[in-house]
Parts: sequence; structure tokens; C-alpha cells
Amino acid sequence: MDKIKKGVRLDHISKIYQDPKTGKDFYAVKDTSLTIEPGSFVTLLGPSGCGKTTTLRMIAGFESPDEGEIYLGDEPINALTPNKRDTAMVFQSYALLPHYNVFDNVAYGLKLRKVPKDEIRERVMHILDLVELTGMEGRMTNQLSGGQQQRVALARALVIEPSVLLFDEPLSNLDAKLRVSMRTEIRRIQQEVGITAIYVTHDQSEAMALSDQIIIMNKGVVAQIGTPQEIYYHPVSEFVADFIGEANFLRGKMTGTENGLAVLDIEGERLAVAPREGMSVGEEYTVVLRPESAALSDEGGLPCTVELSCFMGSYQNYHVRVGNTLVKLAENDPRSKRIYRVGEKCGLTFAPDAVHVL
Amino acid sequence: MARSQSAALDRKKLMADPIMVTTIVVLITFLTLFILYPLAILLVDSFVGDGSFGFGIFERIFAMPTFTKAITNTLKVGFLVGILSALLGLLFAYVEVYVRVGKFVGGLFKVVSMLPVVSPPFVLSLSMIMLFGKSGIITRFLLGIYDNSVYGFWGIAVVQTLTFFPVCYMMLKGLLKNIDPSLEEAARDMGASRWKVFTSVTLPLMLPGLGNAFLVTFIESIADFANPMLIGGSYDTLATTIYLQITGSYDKPGAAAMAVVLLCITLAMFAVQKYYLERKTAATLTGKASRGRMLIEDKSVKVPLTILCGLAATFVILMYLCVPIGAFFPTWGYKFFPLTGKWFKLIFTRYHGLQAFWDSFRLSLISAPITALLSMIISYLVVKRSFKSKGFIEAVSMLAMAVPGTVLGVGYIRGFSAGVFRTGFLQGLYGTGLILIIVFVVRSLPTGTRSGISALRQIDKSIEESAYDMGADSFKVFMTVTLPLIKDSFLSGLVTAFVRSITAISAIILLVTPQFLLITVQINEFAEKGSYSLACAFATILIVITYGAVLLMNLFMNHFGTSKKMKED
Repeated sequence: MDKIKKGVRLDHISKIYQDPKTGKDFYAVKDTSLTIEPGSFVTLLGPSGCGKTTTLRMIAGFESPDEGEIYLGDEPINALTPNKRDTAMVFQSYALLPHYNVFDNVAYGLKLRKVPKDEIRERVMHILDLVELTGMEGRMTNQLSGGQQQRVALARALVIEPSVLLFDEPLSNLDAKLRVSMRTEIRRIQQEVGITAIYVTHDQSEAMALSDQIIIMNKGVVAQIGTPQEIYYHPVSEFVADFIGEANFLRGKMTGTENGLAVLDIEGERLAVAPREGMSVGEEYTVVLRPESAALSDEGGLPCTVELSCFMGSYQNYHVRVGNTLVKLAENDPRSKRIYRVGEKCGLTFAPDAVHVL
Repeated sequence: MARSQSAALDRKKLMADPIMVTTIVVLITFLTLFILYPLAILLVDSFVGDGSFGFGIFERIFAMPTFTKAITNTLKVGFLVGILSALLGLLFAYVEVYVRVGKFVGGLFKVVSMLPVVSPPFVLSLSMIMLFGKSGIITRFLLGIYDNSVYGFWGIAVVQTLTFFPVCYMMLKGLLKNIDPSLEEAARDMGASRWKVFTSVTLPLMLPGLGNAFLVTFIESIADFANPMLIGGSYDTLATTIYLQITGSYDKPGAAAMAVVLLCITLAMFAVQKYYLERKTAATLTGKASRGRMLIEDKSVKVPLTILCGLAATFVILMYLCVPIGAFFPTWGYKFFPLTGKWFKLIFTRYHGLQAFWDSFRLSLISAPITALLSMIISYLVVKRSFKSKGFIEAVSMLAMAVPGTVLGVGYIRGFSAGVFRTGFLQGLYGTGLILIIVFVVRSLPTGTRSGISALRQIDKSIEESAYDMGADSFKVFMTVTLPLIKDSFLSGLVTAFVRSITAISAIILLVTPQFLLITVQINEFAEKGSYSLACAFATILIVITYGAVLLMNLFMNHFGTSKKMKED
């Protein structure tokens, strides 16, 4: 595909809906500005009702923004209808045309564009090859499995060579195993074609596996934008930390510094952690601790009591109490480690730089 | 917070779609001119008909004892018919859904549910008179009663109940099927008897549905014109009174005011039915039954219920059969043999039968595709698109459901005989075949729209969105996606519209001019004159035509219908 890749820019976009029960207006998306680089894979991630699907549907043209302007490349597209926009969407329910076979489904967009017959055949076959559906072109869509239907939906979107590919939770109707293999597939195809892709999901592992950039949304506003690593290790808020992976929050007052580490008073114990910029003595801070970053030991660490000890196969799951705070732990490969029982007293240890101060 | 930008953008996007805009404008014009305007003119007429604004005309009609009597008559009949139909419908529905019945009885049920669809609305009145009237086969021949009168309250009530209960039966059947069998199994499991399960679980769940069935029938009964006309005798209902007020007393303002009264009654009931009961029904019976129900095999339940329903069904079917059979008897009530085709010959040689059938057939054939297409377009707009005037389009096309044919007929006379607002504009329309076609369309539009809406609701919205997203405009989406997906519904809408049109009488009888001979009007005339054999011969051919149309549709759907294939998934 030798087409010029285009990015997408949202400039102070808001969308207002009316609550059907109270009749009151509320912001589904509020004052959101984003820049999506050409050729990148960007995921909009958030809990249901966070505005991610609304944002995607505004880019596709199904919804109109109440404030702001959407640009495709440099062109403002607010007033364009979906059929005039150079975007193609892969729907959650696949949305294949049930009265057409696979070939006709994929060829639909090309026929509308009045592409010559021979070229249609050639392009459809090429795309079907790309999504590994060669030989299936004569099947009706209800004779396909969920994964195959999803491939047809993807092929149909790709074949018209849009500037931007939009995905609306495309894998949520598939079973867990297929979901994992399809997301690898989607990533492979996106990289092969080099197309700009915007992907909506509420599944964080999907977002992690697919994206160059993740945009976390909450209650209609962007909570954080960053690479998967940035978002996982350096969340900017408790919401982000809690939403991506599991997180424990330890709260305490900063009492001083020591060897370049910040010393906090947590549940009456001294704890030294890697500081972030702008910390000052006497302030309250929240420390994010990932369950897999900590361990239990017989000596040292924050004194704690085991409240739950549960074998999960690849890891041992603990809930321990440190003062009034409950901390969840995942110790990997428990076969080689000492297993603590409920009621045992021990120490919670972790490296000072394995935590992140909010 | 202002939603003005999105509103402006949505408008801009709509304007970018000229076919869609044209369609909406044409629809709004059509609905306003042919549904709203005739009703509005009735209001105007009844308030200012005699020159000055006021309640003068209403005072005058309410002072007529015939009119007030007609109101109580109508409500009395409607109430009884509503209750009887709902109960009879429930019995049939319950037996079909809950009891294991034999193939034969099952077949009878199917015929019963089909009959009212394909037969003209007044066939049962004819057969009632022919079976139980003064020279009725049963009363006079079998029982030797010479002075039995079927005319009046009981005649109307029985005939209307038998005509309308299949509608209740079909409605309630759908609801009963949606009850999750595990609810009743749970009650049984906790020790309830079958009767207790019925009264404590099934019936309470069905209550809103029963109310709904009652009201739907009540409205049908009130709006019915043909049956009270034939079998009412001196027992006048609102519909017949209005008709006589126009054709007998030439009191057009009075008829308009009466029509307004009738409209108010049906509208009020329709509002209750639509906005209260329908919602309640949907709320109590959501979801689908998770799995099949264990049918009742218990002989003490099965045998009496099967016999009861079987007898009722047989009786109804015999009533319908009575008409075609009657058409072959030399003289009804006196001489039965040898069977003769002379009545059929007579209607074609002496009574312009050919012209009557050709006129009815032609006008219905033109109006059916228009109705089917219009109702599919309206359903598409209502279900799949959002724009400002959508609420108006939906409301007006549903409103037409609550308008009795007689009311519409009076509205058209008042609204178009001297042109729109008596300006002479569109005056040429009155008395033509075109206005008859329009009436046919308006009368069948609500049923078509309702079934179109429910068909479209089954289709995932994103299927059309995906086509739109791929680059198709609204027209392309409708033609390449929507219409193919609801082909079956479109086809059955087409046939329903045809059948409804060719069997229609209430509105048409007020508007038809001598250059058009319509079958239903002919049947009515001959029956009024007591020429039952001729009426039967006309009705028989009509039934053959409508039944043929339905058969043709089923044949076509079995061979070319795609929806079934696609839904098997």
C-alpha cells in the first residue's frame, strides 16, 4: 500500500449526552485533545462508560462532537458523513452482511468505489490471503467460526485501504484462547500494512500486547497517555495504577531523605523508597506497589500477618496485613519457595526502586 | 453545556444526503396531508361547521337520543367482545403452548389463526345470518324455529368475538412462549398443583398481556363498521350511526362531530394500550425461554381442553365454510339441491362482477407495493436513523392505527371534496381511483410499519453502520443491506397490504363513487338487500383471491426467502 499514512488529531473534543432517566445533560467525552501519529497503533482503554467508544464513533463519523474539531491528517472532518470519511471500522459484533458470502462482504466497499471487476478480484484475494482465509471466499458468513468472521471483518476494512483503521472491541466476543491469537494476528497485519490503527478495549492485556501508545480514559477525560511500560510503571494517578494491573497503595508521611532515597513513615514503620521529583518532607504520599514486585521473608521488611495463602499454579497468592493496610502479593514459581500459612507473622520486602510514588 | 454543535453537524450530515432529505420531506408531506389533515378538518368542522365557533354542533348531536344510545351500544359491545376474545384467545394460546395436542387439532388451530387474515371482515355476519337467522339452516331447518332474530347486540357480540379472538390468540401465544418454563417448574417443585401454578405464576405474568389483548380487541370492535352494519339491525353503533348521518341525513358537520367523539374514544384507549400496557407487558416478560417446555400429557387436563378448543375451532371453521357453500345452493334456506353455479354466473352476467373484481383487484394491487415500501422506509428511519422529525413520523404512522376507518372516511369527504381547506387545491383528487388507493395505503400502513419495525429491531444496528462506514450512502444502505435482510417481512407486508385493501370497507364505502365498483361494497349492498346467495358468491371469489395471494407468498418465501437461512446461525 503506497498511500500516504495519516494521523488523527482531536482538538478539544467534547460530546454531551442526555441522561435518559434524569433528563440532565452530561459530558460523555470532555475537552479531549489527542494526537495519533501516522502508522502507530493506539489503544483507547478504560472502564465501561469512560467515553472510549464515543470517541471512536466520533472519529468514524457516527456521532458528532459538541465542541472541538477532529482532523484526519490536516483535514477537518467534523461535517463529513461516515461514508465520506477515509476510515474503516471493525465492529464488536463483526457486522458482516449476512446475505453475502465472504468474497462479496470483502468486495462490498470496492464495488461502492466502482473499482473495476478484475481489480476487485485481485485485491480481495490478496487481502484474504493476508488474513489467512484463502479458499473460504465462497462461504456464507454464518458458516464461519467467530475468529474467521473477525478476519473477514478485518479484511473488509483493510481492502478499501483507509487512512485509519478503527477497532471497536473486536475481540470481546471470542473465547480467551482465540482472543490471544487474534490479537497477535491483528498486530502482525497492522505492522505489515503499516496503517494507523485506533483500538478500543476494556481489556488491559489486549491493550498492552497491541499498542505503541495507550490512552487511558476515565469519566470522559484522558487520564494518561503513554507507552505500555510508562503506564504500568509510572502511573500518574491511583485510578490508572489500579486499572492497569493490580496495585497496592501504601500511604504515609515523608520524614526525611537517606542515601538519595525518600523515607516515609508507613503504618509506624520507616520505609525508604526511590523518590520522584518535587517531594518534600512533611507531605503525605501514596506509594504504588505491584503484587509481583514484593516478597515475604522471615527477617526484615515491613512486619505483616498473612491473612490468605492460596496456590494458583504459576504463583502463590497472599493477602497480608501491614498495620491497617491489606497488601496483595503474587510470588512466582512457589515450588522453590517457602510457603507461608495463614496467621504467620513475617516481613514484607521489596526493592526501593520497585515502587512508584504518586 | 450546549449540544448545538452536534445538532448543527448532524443537520449538515443529513443535508449531504439528498435522497434521504427528499424521502423525509415526502413522507412528512404524505402523513400530514393524508392522516393529520383529514383529522384536523374534522375538528374544525365540528367546532365551526355552522358558521360560529363553539360547542353548538356537539350540543346538537348529544341531544340526539340515537347518538347517545349509539355510544352506550358501542361501548357495551366493545367491552363484552374484548373480554370474550381475550379469554377465548388465552384458552387457545394456553392449549397450544402448554398441552400436547394431536396433529389434527393442531391443524385446526393453524386454520383458525389464518382465517381472519384472508377473509373479508364481514363474512361471519353473513354466515351467522345464514345459520341462525329467520331462514337459517340451524334455526329453521334443524330446530324448526321460524322467528329467531340474530340481529342486534348478541349477533354483533358473537360475530365480533369470533372474528377478533384469533388476534388475541396469536398475541398471547407469543407471550406464553416467552415465559421461562423454569419459573413454573420451580412452583411445581415447591408443591403447587397445576391449577395453582396457573393462577399464581402464569396468569399474573400474563395479566398485562391479557389487558393488552382486551384493549386491542375493544378498539377493533368499536371501529368495526361492516359487522354492525350487516347484523346490527336497529342496534346502531357509532360507526354505523356516523355512516347513516352522512348517507341518510346529509348532516356532514354532525357526522364530523360524531367522528371526533369516536376518534377520542379510540385514541384514549390506544394511548393506554400503547404507553401503559405494552410497556408493562414487555417489562414482565422480557428474555426468551431458556429451553423447551414439558408439554402437559395428563389426560384429565388434556382431554377436556383439547375437546373444548377442537369444538370451538371446528365451529369457527364451519362458520367460514358456510359462505362458499351457501353460494352453491339454489335458494338458501329453502332449496339446497341440486348445487348450482347460477349465482356466480349471475354476478358476472347481470351484476358487473367482472368490473367489481377488476376494480378492487387493480386498486389493491397498486396500493400494496406502495404500502409495503412506505412502511419499510418508515421502519428503517424510525429504527436505524436519528433526525429531528423522526418522532413526528413515528407518532403519525402509529396514530393511524387508532383511527377507525369510518372516521378517516368522513375526514376525507370533508377534507378533499372541495379541495384542501375548501380552496379547491387538490380537488381533482376526490372521486378518483387515486384517493381510494391513498385510503388503502393509509389504512394498511400502521400494520406494515409495526411489523417492519419489529423485523428491523432484530437486525444488529452495526450491520448497517458497517455498510455506511464502507462508503455506502443511505439509499445504498437501504437497498443493498436493509431491504435484502427484511425480504420476508417486506413480502408478507406486501401481501397483508393487498389482502387488507381488497377486503376493506369502512372508509372506502364513504368515498367510493359510481365509476368504481368494489367487491366489498357490492357484498354489503346485496347482503343489505337480503340477496345472501349473491353476497356469498361475491365473498367466495374474494376469499379465493386473498387465499391465493397468501399461498403464493408462502410458496415464494419457501423458495426464495433468505432470512431463514441466515437466522439459522
